Amino acid sequence: MNWRWGWEAATFAPEPGESWALLAALVLPLMLGGLAALRPPRRAWVVLLAALPLLASGAALFQAVQGVALLTWSVSFDDVTLALRLNGVAALLVVVTQLIGVVAALYTAGLCRLDESAGRSRWLWPLWGVLLSSLSVIWLAADLLSLYLGLELMGLTAVGMLLLSGKAEALLAGLRYLLVALVGSLLYLLGVALILAHWGSLELAQLTEVVAPEPVAWLAAALLGAGLATKAALFPLHAWLTPVHASAWTPVSALHAALVVKASLYLLLMLWSLLIPESHVAPLLLGLLGALAIVWGSLAAWRADSLKTLVAASTVAQLGYLMLAFPLLLGPEMAPEVQTLAWQGFWLQLLGHALAKAAMFMAAGNLILATGESTLAGLAGTSRRLPLSLLVFGIASVTLMGLPPSAGFTAKWQLLQAMLLADLWWAIAALLLGTLLSAAYVFRLFRYSFIESAPRKTYRPLAPGMEGGALLLALAALLLGLWAHYPLSLLQGASA
Amino acid sequence: MNAAWLPLLALATSLVAAAVIFTLPERAWRLRTAINLAAAIAKIALVVLMVRRIADGIEDTLRFQVIGGVDFVLRGDALGIMFAGLSSLLWLCTTLYAIGYLGRSPNQKRFFGFFGLCVTSTFGIALADNLFTFLIFYELLTLSTYPLVVHKGTPDALNAGRIYLRYTVTAGVVLLLGVAMLYSLTGDHSFSSERGLAPYLDDHRGLLTLIFALLVGGLAVKAAMVPLHGWLPRAMVAPAPVSALLHAVAVVKAGAFGILRVIYDLYGIELSVALGVMTGLAVAASITILYGSLRAIAQTELKPRLAFSTISQVSYVVLGVSLFGPFGTIGALAHLLHQGLMKITLFFCAGSYAEELGIHRIDELDGAGRRMPLTSVAFTLGAFGMIGLPPTAGFITKWYLGIGAVEANMLWVVAVLVASSALNAVYFLPLIYRLWFRPAPTESGKAWPNEQRHGRLETSAWLLWPAVFTAAISLGAGLFAGLPYSPLEWATRVAVEEYLP
Repeated sequence: MNWRWGWEAATFAPEPGESWALLAALVLPLMLGGLAALRPPRRAWVVLLAALPLLASGAALFQAVQGVALLTWSVSFDDVTLALRLNGVAALLVVVTQLIGVVAALYTAGLCRLDESAGRSRWLWPLWGVLLSSLSVIWLAADLLSLYLGLELMGLTAVGMLLLSGKAEALLAGLRYLLVALVGSLLYLLGVALILAHWGSLELAQLTEVVAPEPVAWLAAALLGAGLATKAALFPLHAWLTPVHASAWTPVSALHAALVVKASLYLLLMLWSLLIPESHVAPLLLGLLGALAIVWGSLAAWRADSLKTLVAASTVAQLGYLMLAFPLLLGPEMAPEVQTLAWQGFWLQLLGHALAKAAMFMAAGNLILATGESTLAGLAGTSRRLPLSLLVFGIASVTLMGLPPSAGFTAKWQLLQAMLLADLWWAIAALLLGTLLSAAYVFRLFRYSFIESAPRKTYRPLAPGMEGGALLLALAALLLGLWAHYPLSLLQGASA
Repeated sequence: MNAAWLPLLALATSLVAAAVIFTLPERAWRLRTAINLAAAIAKIALVVLMVRRIADGIEDTLRFQVIGGVDFVLRGDALGIMFAGLSSLLWLCTTLYAIGYLGRSPNQKRFFGFFGLCVTSTFGIALADNLFTFLIFYELLTLSTYPLVVHKGTPDALNAGRIYLRYTVTAGVVLLLGVAMLYSLTGDHSFSSERGLAPYLDDHRGLLTLIFALLVGGLAVKAAMVPLHGWLPRAMVAPAPVSALLHAVAVVKAGAFGILRVIYDLYGIELSVALGVMTGLAVAASITILYGSLRAIAQTELKPRLAFSTISQVSYVVLGVSLFGPFGTIGALAHLLHQGLMKITLFFCAGSYAEELGIHRIDELDGAGRRMPLTSVAFTLGAFGMIGLPPTAGFITKWYLGIGAVEANMLWVVAVLVASSALNAVYFLPLIYRLWFRPAPTESGKAWPNEQRHGRLETSAWLLWPAVFTAAISLGAGLFAGLPYSPLEWATRVAVEEYLP
């Protein structure tokens, strides 16, 4: 797994341009966020123009990794070394993070224009900047200290963003989330301390050489696993997730469900492949929990009365697919072709779900904003009046259901192939059942929208940029499945 | 020379039309109509071009890699272009009909947009060159037909939509499992490759049979084979053009066509026979044929009767496939086209009766022949075709299927064919009798259930001419079956390719 994560010596040293692009990707969100706090942008084109350098830095990193597969940087202060590495996985994640971040910013600008009363919205911008930067740090970092800094920063920013809407239930849910995040961080920190005390290093590349299957590794993996699973809302530690989303602002929900929970899951997979690559029980347990998550989350989404609860509960189920990949990726003497298929399926599912879930939250936010109703039944008759928002929701849900040609489908296909090779029939059953259940909860919404006898109401018009960006993300998730070959070829690293 | 742009462009006509229609405002009626018709005509022109090239032996192929070891491939081959041609021709007819049928009713943007997506999916299904590509378009067809089934937004329509999804999404999952297992066993397998799955027979006999059952089971739902047919009669709540194109032609044919592909181009006929699955399929098809006919007799409304007749007729295709021999194949392939032409005529006419006179029940048809003579002539021709009276197209297929059964030494199939023809006569002839020989309600001073006078002719020209046109073609397909490019001639060409590699 080491070459997959980029924990090896890079063949080429980074060129100055590439280093500048890396710096820009890390620092620009902070600057843009600060700028926007001083002068909150109201127009879509201003946001777009300001975001161009950020997107350019992502594109440059993407370009860089295509040629050389792996680039590493490290900065030392006394005896502390901060290490960064850029490989295919990191580049893909950075680009998708920036894309979703910019679309969320576009949406925020539109929202502020409509909702003049939201005085606190000014504070959303610096938090947005910190969140994007800390996410980029997590994707790029190659030592446990940077990872901890990124994770902590991201968690606190996320709490802050969720508290911003100022409603009573938001405060309650936000404080609960804070508590969960702190417990998670604490467990993570304990795990890191254990690693530092036992092996005397925090750099992942060095740790790969010394970590052996021994009780310390298992204990560290358990501590890190528990902490990160809490933060990632993995079943059965997911109860905090839906209340948080029910009261949060739409762009915050989009960023949170698309990226923040994924970051913890990313760390979980990465640290487990470092500490317990040959373990049998832990990944299997996580996989079994994933199967339950798919069923539980889908049923919760099916029973949901409010639109946001539906979308949030579906995140629990979708994370279940990612958990199903664990027993295929880690384990004693796992066949390389199974690992390759599962590796591709994992990232495709993660990226596809990030894009689709962000689009879906925005579409749901649009529907709620325009109709003034937050329940599914309140959507009756929207098919005639809000076709674009529903279309975005529909395209995004194609990915969630895992129907072709979406990224969700191609991911499911790769996972299915891996499971067939590994003879993991319970996982196949969970995967296929997930498709049926997700179709059930998605089409429940559409069923309401098609009702023609609903009373005619006046709908609020939406600002431009609120629908266009969401449509872009949904289409990206849809077409990513068909053109999966190109991003997947980056995932294979230098050995491919 | 390979022209990869040709299948892509033919696919894109309806896809782009759908995308453009989604961006147009609801009130842009004229522009939408123009785009629809232009795209439909362009598609037919491209398909004609492809037919000519295939006749010259050029199979245009579009190919790109999706993931390692799996390609997206569209190939214009002789079998695929039959189905593609049918759907393109009938798309034009149905678009014309739908423009008249929907008039100025709301939600037309949604209707025509998803209609275009459905046609795109059907075209993709027809030209897909491997199971992966086939699966992509097969699932797209499920998704894009749902908004059309629930178009009216009534509780009936919404419930029908739910049942429809329950059947088709589950079938899609079963199909996905079958396809994934097959890929896991054999890797990417082109429909056009000469190399069948025979090398796997000795080691994986059980697995191959299981995969066959999953594939055909998944496909049989859309083909509405008993006992997986429950969605079709309910989906008849959709507007008449939807019933006409989708439920009589595109969706059920997509299922039947998929079964054709699996048997002829994936497993190969010899292997299917060696696995011993053909007899089972023939029995299932025969049960469907008889059951559909019996249920059709019991219906008192026109559209449900036609729906059960569809269930029965589509299984002729499956029956023809399961007869091992060239004549059965020719009958099956020709019936794929013939049944589409005849059944769409019947549905067009049923929609016209409902629109013009408010006729929904069969006993309300009395005397409609004099009120709407051209529509009724078209209906009569379609019904005669279904019964299989010469010289209609339906006769040709039954004849070939009969010969095929005799050649395959399956005389009980001949009995099924005869019984089914008799049952067809039992449920269609009374309609014909009512149309032409019973007095109209107006003669005894009563009125039609809900008479509207659309246009100067017997009904709106948009509704009338498509029905007359498809009726004429289905008659022509029977009368001129021996001419080049007739459905029978093309079916023979495909069958010869299958049996004489």
